[in-house]
Amino acid sequence: CLENTDPRTRGRGIQLLSQVLLQCYSLLQEKEVLHLVLFYENRLQDHHLVIPSVLQGLQALSMCEVLSPGLAVSVLKAIFQEVHVQSLLQLDRHTVYSIITNFMGTREEELKGLGADFTFGFIQVMDGEKDPRNLLVAFQIVRDLIAKNYALGPFVEELFEVTSCYFPIDFTPPPHDPHGIQREDLILSLRAVLASTPQFAEFLLPLLIEKMDSDLQSAKLDSLQTLTACCAIYGQKELQEFLPSLWSSLRREVFQTASEKVEAECLAALHALSACLSRSVLSSDTEDLLDSFLSSILQDCRHHLCEPDMKLVWPSAKLLQAAAGASLRAYHCITRSVLPLLLEQYTKHPQSSQRRTILEMLLGFLELQQKWGHVEEDESALLSLRAPVCSVVFSALTDPSVQLQLVGIRALTVLGSLQGFLSPSDLELVVDHLVHLALHEEDSQSSEAAMEAAGSLAPIYPKVFSGRMVPRLEEALQCVSSSEWEEESSHNHCSLQQRCLQALAAVSTHTSIVKETVPVLLQHLRKVQKGSEAGNTRDVICVCQSLHRVALQCQRDAEGCGYFHQTAVPCLLAMAVQAAMPESTHPLLGKPLLEEEVLAAMVPVISTATTHLSPELAAQSVSHVVPLFLDGEVSFLPQNSFPCSFQPFEDGECLEAQRRLVALLMAFVCSLPRNVAIPQQERLLRELLVLSCSCNCPFTATTAAKCFAGLVNKHPAGKGPGQYPMGPCPLLAGEWLSLSLLSPGQQLDDILQLAVNRMEPGLAEGPCRAQALTLLLWVTKALVLRYHPLSSHLTDKLLGLLGDAELGPAAADGFSLLMAESPDVLHKGCHADVRIMFRQRFFTDNVPKLVQGFHRAGPDVKANYLKGLSHVLNHLPRPVLVTELPTLLPLLLEALSCSDRVVQLSTLSCLQPLLLEAPQIMSLHINTLVNQFLSLTSSPAMAVRIAALRCAHALTSLPITVLLPYKARVIRALAKPLDDKKRLVRKEAVAARGEW
Amino acid sequence: GPGGGAALENANPLIYRRSGERPVTAREEDDELHDSIDDREIFDLIRSINDPEHPLTLEELNVVEQVRVKVNDAESTVAVEFTPTIPHCSMATLIGLSIKVKLLRSLPERFKLDVHITPGTHASEHAVNKQLADKERVAAALENSHLLEVVNQCLSARS
Repeated sequence: CLENTDPRTRGRGIQLLSQVLLQCYSLLQEKEVLHLVLFYENRLQDHHLVIPSVLQGLQALSMCEVLSPGLAVSVLKAIFQEVHVQSLLQLDRHTVYSIITNFMGTREEELKGLGADFTFGFIQVMDGEKDPRNLLVAFQIVRDLIAKNYALGPFVEELFEVTSCYFPIDFTPPPHDPHGIQREDLILSLRAVLASTPQFAEFLLPLLIEKMDSDLQSAKLDSLQTLTACCAIYGQKELQEFLPSLWSSLRREVFQTASEKVEAECLAALHALSACLSRSVLSSDTEDLLDSFLSSILQDCRHHLCEPDMKLVWPSAKLLQAAAGASLRAYHCITRSVLPLLLEQYTKHPQSSQRRTILEMLLGFLELQQKWGHVEEDESALLSLRAPVCSVVFSALTDPSVQLQLVGIRALTVLGSLQGFLSPSDLELVVDHLVHLALHEEDSQSSEAAMEAAGSLAPIYPKVFSGRMVPRLEEALQCVSSSEWEEESSHNHCSLQQRCLQALAAVSTHTSIVKETVPVLLQHLRKVQKGSEAGNTRDVICVCQSLHRVALQCQRDAEGCGYFHQTAVPCLLAMAVQAAMPESTHPLLGKPLLEEEVLAAMVPVISTATTHLSPELAAQSVSHVVPLFLDGEVSFLPQNSFPCSFQPFEDGECLEAQRRLVALLMAFVCSLPRNVAIPQQERLLRELLVLSCSCNCPFTATTAAKCFAGLVNKHPAGKGPGQYPMGPCPLLAGEWLSLSLLSPGQQLDDILQLAVNRMEPGLAEGPCRAQALTLLLWVTKALVLRYHPLSSHLTDKLLGLLGDAELGPAAADGFSLLMAESPDVLHKGCHADVRIMFRQRFFTDNVPKLVQGFHRAGPDVKANYLKGLSHVLNHLPRPVLVTELPTLLPLLLEALSCSDRVVQLSTLSCLQPLLLEAPQIMSLHINTLVNQFLSLTSSPAMAVRIAALRCAHALTSLPITVLLPYKARVIRALAKPLDDKKRLVRKEAVAARGEW
Repeated sequence: GPGGGAALENANPLIYRRSGERPVTAREEDDELHDSIDDREIFDLIRSINDPEHPLTLEELNVVEQVRVKVNDAESTVAVEFTPTIPHCSMATLIGLSIKVKLLRSLPERFKLDVHITPGTHASEHAVNKQLADKERVAAALENSHLLEVVNQCLSARS
C-alpha cells in the first residue's frame, strides 16, 4: 500500500502508519526511529496529497525521546527544503509548528548548531500565516527564539517583518467561535514578541510612531502599550534617535485627544520613557539624554502652566507629572523649574478659580514627592521653597472660595506626610487652621475635609494634636453647651456643638489621642442626657455617632480597642441603667437614653467596641455583662449605687424601661467572636425567648428576638453539619424531644425546639401574633444563614403565612429581612455564621414554592406572594438572576400590573438591569414591557414613575429592529412626563426620551 | 497650539469649570410638592452638550451660562442666549441647532423656544438667529441625515 502508484492509496497507507505512531511513539527503539525518520524524510518529496500524513508521522517522531543526535536537524532541514508550508491547510501548518516546538523543547543545542539557518527556515515557514490559532503558536516560537538566544544572524529585520506585519492586531473572533481565541490573546502574544528584544528597536519605534497617528483608537492604544512594554528592556541607545518624534507624538495625542484612555496610555508611555532614560547606564563619553529629553518637555509644556484658564494647562501639567514621576532624578529636574514657576503664578493670579488650578497642579507635584518619602536635604527644590509653599497653602486655607480651601487642605495633608518638611511652628499653624476650618467654616465640605486631614495627620504628630487640638475642641464644646443662647442663634450653637463632636472623633486616630478624646465625649454625654428636651435626644445621638466613629478607628489597634471597650462600654451601660431606674417623679418619657433612636445609636458603639476584642478581654467583659442582665449584678459599673435593682427579665409594669436595654445586651453579646463562651447561655436564651414572645412593646420584643437569633446563629451545632437526616424534619416526626433527651449536650436543638413550641401557638392565634412572626423571621434568618436543616421547616411556615389575611403582608415584607444584610446583628462583621451562597440557596429552595403558592392563592393575597418574590429577586446577584430569568419573566410581567407600589417598584428595579444584560430574552416581551412601563410613568408615586422611566430608558438597549415599531409611540408617550410636577421625574424623562 | 493634526479654529480656548450636579433637596423628594421648571433646570439640559470641535462641553467653553437662560414656567416660554467662542465661529449655527433640538426633545410641548446669539458676539448674528427662529428651516435641517448625525453626536453623553 505504501508503494501503491495511486497517491491517494499511498496517502492512506502513510496515514495509517502515522496514526499508529502517534499512539505508540514512546515505545519505539532508537534504531526503529532512525529507520522511520529516514523513510518519512524521503516521503516529503512525495505527491502533495501525501504530505499531511507524512507531517503527522514526523510530529509523532518529534516526540520520541530516543531520537538520535542529528536527526532533528535533518528533519527540519528536510521540511524547510521540501515543504511549502503556507500552501498547506491550517491543521497541517499547525503540525509543522508543533514539530518545531517539540524540537525546540528537547533539542535546543542541536538546533542552535544550525545557526541562523534555523531562524531563516522558520521565517519562511511562518511567512504569510493567517490563522489566529497558528499565529499564537508561531508567536510563541519567535519569543523562544529570542529568549533562548538562538542565532538571528542577518535575519533580525526579516524576523521583525514577518511578525510586525500583524501589528496592530485587527481580529474579531467569529460568533460562537469554539476555539475561544480573543483579540486580546493575539495582541498580548504579539506584543511579547515585539517587545522582547532591543534588536527590534530601530524597526519597531518608527512603526509605533506611525501607528500612534492612526485614526483607530485601538491602534493608538496598542502602539502606546507596546511602547511602554519596550521601555522595560530598552536603553538610551535604542531610544536616542527617536526621542524627538516620540515626544511630539505623545504631546500631540495628550493635547488633542478626547479619550481618557488614550490620555492615560500616553502618560504611561511618557512615564516609561522617562524611567528608561533615568535607568540607563551611561558610558563616559555619552551625553545623558534624560536631561535633554526633560528639557524639551519643559520647553513645550512649561508656558502653558501660566495660562490657568486655557485648555492646555491640564494636559501640560499631566505630561510634566508623568515624566517627573519616573525617577527621583527626573523629579528634581522638572520640579526645579516648575515649582518656582507655579508659586510665582499663584501670586500673579488673584482669582480663586485660577489659584485653585495652580494649587491643584502644585499638589500633583507634591504628591509625587510623597513617593520617595522623606525630603533629601541637598537636592530637593521643595525644601528650599518651604516658606513660599507653606505661605501659598495657608493662603488657600483662608480664601473665601470653598473649592480653593479644599485643595489647600489636601495640599496640607500631603505636606504633613512629608517627614521633616514642616517645622514645629508650621505644625502649630496647621493645627490652628484645621481647628478653625473644622469648627467655624460655614461650608460643610471644607469642615469635613479639615477633620479628615486632622485624622490623617494626627498619627504622624500625635503630641501636637493631643496637646493643641483636643484641648481647643474640648474648650469649645464646654463653651457651647454651658452658655445660654438666644433663640435665633441656637441653630449655630447646635451645629458648633456637632462640629466639635465630629472633630473630636475625626482626630482620634492614634491611641494616645483616643485616651484624651473618649473621656471628653463620655463627659459630654453625661451632661446632655440629663435634659429632657427634644434637642437633647439629638445631642445624645450626635455623641453616640462620634463614639462609634472612634470605636471604628480603634478597631485595628489592640491597645486602643481594649481601652475604648473598657472605658466606654461600662460607662454607657451605667448611664442607661441609671436612666431606666423606676422613679415615681420621672416617667419613661423624657429620658433621652431610653428612646428607641438613642438606643439604636448606642448599639453600633457597643457592637464596634466588641467585635475586635482580645479573647481575654472579651471573656472578662462577658462575665460582667451577662450577670448584669440576668442577675442585676451592677458592681462592675462605675457609679454603681442605684435606687432599685436592675431586673430586665422580670415581670412587672415598672420594668418596661429596663427591658428596653436588652438592645445594649444584644449589641454586646451578638458581636462577640464566636469562640468566646457565654456564661449561662441557655438561661439567657430562654429569657430572651420569653421576652420576645410576650412583651407588648414592639421595640423590646423585636430586640429580644434579634438577640436570640444572633446567639442561635453562632451556637455550636448539636450535630456535625451534614449529619442531619434528610427528608422530613425530625421535629415533624414528633420524636425529636426524646431524641435530644437521649443525647445530652444538644443545647441548640433543645432551644430551637423550645422556640418552635412557643412560636407555633403564638402564630396561630391570640394577641401576640405579630411578635411571634417577628421571632419566626429572625430565627429563620439566623438558621438560613448557617444552612441549618431546621431552616427549611421555618421557611415553609413563613410561606404558609403569606396566605394569611392578617399577617400576610408583614410576612411578605419579612422576605426582605431574610435576604438583606442586617445592620446590627447577623452579619459577617459581628462574626455571624454566614455561608456565602445562602441567597442563591434560598432562591433555589423557595422560589418554586413561592410561584406555586402564587398560582394557588386567592385574589386578595396574591400580591403577598409577588412581594415576597420581588424581595428575594432584588437581593439576588445579577448573574444568577439573568440565568433564572426565562422561567420567572412571566410572573415578573404579571407583577408589573399588581397595584402594590412596593411590588411595582421592586419589579421595575429587577427588570431594569435585565434589560441591559439580557436584551435577547427581554425582546420577546417588548409589547408588554412597553405598555406596562408607559402606564407606570403616570403612577401617583414619584419613585415608581422614576423607576418606570429608567426602565423605558433601558429599553433602548434592545436591538434596534425590535424597538423601531414602538419608537413613535414611546416618544409621544414620554412627552407627558417631561411636564411632570417633580423635577427628579422630569430628569429621567429627559434622559429616556433623548435616548429614544 | 498643538503640533500636527487637523487645524482647529481655536486650538487652546479658554475653559471654564463645570458646575456640579444639582444637589437633590428634601423638597424635591417630597411626593406632594410641585417643582416648577427653573433656569437651572434648563441650563442643566444644555450645559453638557458637546462642542462640535473640541472635546469640551458648551459650559466649559462658556458658550452657555445660567444667567443667559430665562424661563417662565407659567407662561411656557424659554429664552436661551449663547455666545460663540470667537466672533467668526463657523459652528455657531450648528451649536444653536443643537441647543434647540435638545430643548425640543426635553421640554413639554407647551413651551415656546427662543434660541439666539448673545447680542454683539458674532459677525453674522442676525443671519444665524433668523435661521434658528425659522421653524421650517429647523425641521428641514433635521431631515438632513448627515446634519442630524452631527447634532446627535453633540447631544450624546460623553464616553
